[in-house]
Amino acid sequence: MSIYESHWALTLLLVVPMAGAVACFLAPEARAKGVALVTTIVAFLLSLPLFWSFDTGTAAFQNTVSASWIESWGIRYAVGVDGISLLMVLLTTFIMPLSVAGSFTYIRERERAFYGMMLILMTGMIGTFVALDLFLFFVFWELMLIPMYFLIGIWGGERRIYSAVKFFLYTAAGSLLMLVAIVVLVHLHTQAYGVPSFGYEDLLRLEIPGTTQLWLFGAFGLAFAVKVPIFPFHTWLPDAHVEAPTAGSVILAGVLLKMGIYGFLRFGIPLFPSAATHPTVLGTLLMLGLVGILYAAWVAAVQPDAKKLIAYTSVAHLGFVVIGVFGFTVQGLEGGILQMVNHGISTGALFLLVGMLYERRHTRLISEFGGIARRMPFFAFALVVVALSSIGLPGTNGFVGEFLILVGTFRTHPVIVAVATTGVIFAACYMLPMVQRILFNPLERDENKELTDLSGRERAILAPILVLIVLIGVLPGPFLERTSASVEALLERVETQGHVVTTTIGAPAQAEVSLVHVPVVPVGVTGPAEPRSPGRRSPSGQDAARPDGEGE
Amino acid sequence: MTSLDFSSHGDYLIALLPEVILALTAMIILLVDVFRRGPGGGQSGAWVGHTTLLGLAAAVVANAWLLGATAVGDGGLVSVDAYRVVANFIVLAATLLTAVYAGEYLVREGLRIGEFYGLLLLASVGMMILVAARDLIVLFMGLELMSISVYVLTGFARHDPRSSEAALKYFIVGAFASAFLLFGIALVYGAAGSMRLASVAGQIAEASANGDLILTAGIGLLLVGFGFKIAAVPFHMWTPDAYQGAPTPVTGYMATGVKAAAFVALLRLLTVDLAAAAPIWQTAIWWLALLTMIVPNLIALAQEDVKRMLAYSSVAHAGYLLVGVMASSASGRAAALFYLAAYTLMTVGAFAIVHHVAGRGDLKSGLMDFRGLGWRRPWVGVALVVFLLSLAGFPPTAGFVGKLFLLRAAIDVGQTALAVTLVLTSLVAYYYYLRVVWKMYFETAPSEAEEIPSPGAGFRLATAACAIGLLFFGLFPQTALNGMRRAEADLAPSPIVADPIENVAGPTRSLPPNVSASGGAESTDP
Repeated sequence: MSIYESHWALTLLLVVPMAGAVACFLAPEARAKGVALVTTIVAFLLSLPLFWSFDTGTAAFQNTVSASWIESWGIRYAVGVDGISLLMVLLTTFIMPLSVAGSFTYIRERERAFYGMMLILMTGMIGTFVALDLFLFFVFWELMLIPMYFLIGIWGGERRIYSAVKFFLYTAAGSLLMLVAIVVLVHLHTQAYGVPSFGYEDLLRLEIPGTTQLWLFGAFGLAFAVKVPIFPFHTWLPDAHVEAPTAGSVILAGVLLKMGIYGFLRFGIPLFPSAATHPTVLGTLLMLGLVGILYAAWVAAVQPDAKKLIAYTSVAHLGFVVIGVFGFTVQGLEGGILQMVNHGISTGALFLLVGMLYERRHTRLISEFGGIARRMPFFAFALVVVALSSIGLPGTNGFVGEFLILVGTFRTHPVIVAVATTGVIFAACYMLPMVQRILFNPLERDENKELTDLSGRERAILAPILVLIVLIGVLPGPFLERTSASVEALLERVETQGHVVTTTIGAPAQAEVSLVHVPVVPVGVTGPAEPRSPGRRSPSGQDAARPDGEGE
Repeated sequence: MTSLDFSSHGDYLIALLPEVILALTAMIILLVDVFRRGPGGGQSGAWVGHTTLLGLAAAVVANAWLLGATAVGDGGLVSVDAYRVVANFIVLAATLLTAVYAGEYLVREGLRIGEFYGLLLLASVGMMILVAARDLIVLFMGLELMSISVYVLTGFARHDPRSSEAALKYFIVGAFASAFLLFGIALVYGAAGSMRLASVAGQIAEASANGDLILTAGIGLLLVGFGFKIAAVPFHMWTPDAYQGAPTPVTGYMATGVKAAAFVALLRLLTVDLAAAAPIWQTAIWWLALLTMIVPNLIALAQEDVKRMLAYSSVAHAGYLLVGVMASSASGRAAALFYLAAYTLMTVGAFAIVHHVAGRGDLKSGLMDFRGLGWRRPWVGVALVVFLLSLAGFPPTAGFVGKLFLLRAAIDVGQTALAVTLVLTSLVAYYYYLRVVWKMYFETAPSEAEEIPSPGAGFRLATAACAIGLLFFGLFPQTALNGMRRAEADLAPSPIVADPIENVAGPTRSLPPNVSASGGAESTDP
């Protein structure tokens, strides 16, 4: 265990996939998949102790490394995890072996390049989550685009080139303006302290005037909003998802879509608290989140293509997360973070399942199937569980996340939440008919009569997902308590430096309330000086207990 | 530490040692080649290439040695400082990389090796004199030596009408540009009363303050002349045709060496020697930068020929570099230098690959000819991806660090509008660079496509050096940044103040009225 208390655990997590990628490119064609699987499993095992050894009592970054890199510009190789990024890193390392294993039969050509790209992508994703230097962050952020561009463009479906380019240009458009904003931040730091710095914690100390904050938040926010994707910027997503190979879709849904929200939580909100809580900005974001939920649900309901349907559910789910995060309550934020994990797991699983069908029938049209539960019982079981998790049935992980989001944000924005709650019903309206039409209607088509059930490999891929769906559903405590210190620190920052909200959008007049309804956390709790006793439950821990009871 | 006293003329030979070495090498090659080939003609031997490389290596050594030299007083016709040495290194790198792979082109096309290398070396001598010049006449001589050599190189593929057409266009436009430049020099001389740039700097302060018409006209004409040489919009019209028609190695050389040399000279001329006249030239440079970023990037979107697309992209890069000139601060100059170095590596590399794919007669440079390249020649494909990503300004390449450097320089002096234009036009550029990547990897070559030959050693060496260099300086730019800082520090006569990193040099800080309105926060002078 000693290495995990040392500081190089995260660096190891970055190096292992990169080394694996090199090994993949050099390995013989037939061995590449094995190399990739071993690499991702090793990375997953390496990341597990981060979870166990995580100190829940502090919002400070853990497992940090800070080494000089480009000295004269104040750029450092600085990495670390806190409650917000920890679950994201683990989600990445959890999804990767599954998507690699899920590609064994799907990818039949240019395997070395495929698995090499997957592993480079993995480095980029983990790096984005752990970077504590804006230069380093930007490098990883952009590094993710290139392998994804190749994954969609080379191994994708018919319209793969269009989708790959669209994906690339959309996300790049946002990040370029973010680059300018980063440079402005560094400039402000130079003005204030005399030396430039790209360091995250250095830049947090800046006092940025309100209007500048709005501009900078806009530039960062655009990059993140495209990535989330928040409603009017979502059009790249259905294309990219549908055309990408299964593994690409799984990673897109499982991890890449988390980058946007993570960006807001890590950079957008803490760096520009006044802009992020500006009533207009806040109102716009919440409304867009709401529109995303409803719009995506309606669009999903009429999709003939199962993969496209699932792609649209992502927009809806992320809409919930947006509402949770920008409600600025402990429950909403913790629920939002947990819901990111949930969405990664359940939507990733849905894409895997659709991919398994596609490999058998080479079609994803829902109308082509029907009654296949009789031929593929294990598949049917998995699809039902995952679909229920996606809808948010109590007892599954999806319920915990959505419930916390709605309960949390209801306190600050009751009307928006009231409308958003209908989205939960719509989710059932698009998901359950799909399940029914694929699994349960009469088994009429001859092609479907010869379908084989899932192989051992496919079951092995799905089993950990199913376990996790139930585990988070009934026992969310260990996950939530790891986020709580960071969430509370974030809220405290928002509360002390944020815009004073006098009229909350969508709220009745008497709801002129402080942003956060939980008892104000004493400063000492967020510092390392006063570690929490494991027996004491945080306010969120109590909330988390509620769904447990109802779930069982 | 060698000290050079220009009152004794012999010291010029030492101060110009790299130039002298290259000029002698060129003469030897031209003379000996004629005699060795004899009256019947025929191809030159391999010794020509070897001698060229030897001469270039000696020039590199001499250039490095110059770092230790200083000039006594400032009366010299050429400068002896780190700025010149760094600029020389960029020029020498472009020449060396071109020389290393051009041999394959010459053999493939059956062209005279000896004359090509002779002209290449003479052009580089011209470039190095151009960047060294501290006198307007010397500057003009360097420019002409460079230009005339390159005119000939452009038309070097004599049996190819496209090459001749390119040379003719380039020559006519270039001659005009030289005339403009010469007239500008005359007018600046009229305003300042001296050809020596060191004296010009002192003399024009008063004239500039009085809004002297002669000085304004002179600077305007100088900008037109340089505008042609660096291919800034609206003086870029010759570029696509000349770049497309010229033999590809020459195109790569024009796009890097010529542009780098002209830029380095322009940078010093404007931001140091004519710093007092900044109000006169900054408005013009601001518009040149804006147009040069927007126009070629949009036109490049429609190009179906990779070589022509790269020609437009090289024009666009001049626009990015002009942002550095516009910043005209310490970081602006250092950023422009760094970007030029990175740009040289990526552009030479990209043109080298176009040359290889285009095959005999330089014919197959269309986008369609790149289909499946990544799978047919994996290493060539990887190298081209690195060059394209760097041109697009993508991490972790030197092109990204360079763009970041330029952005920082622009933001530090409040040029937010130019900074935003820079990134937005880069987004446009992503599309056309990525288009090549998708042809290379997402599409497959038709079965009847000719095999792309396995590349030769020179080509491998040149492209590998470029690609590795770009990745290395993209990941570990600190050494290079220090070098550029040092070069820049030699340039500014004003004392370097407390923080050399963010020092924004004194006299050129004032911005034209139309710019300062759009700018964001300005840094305070230390």
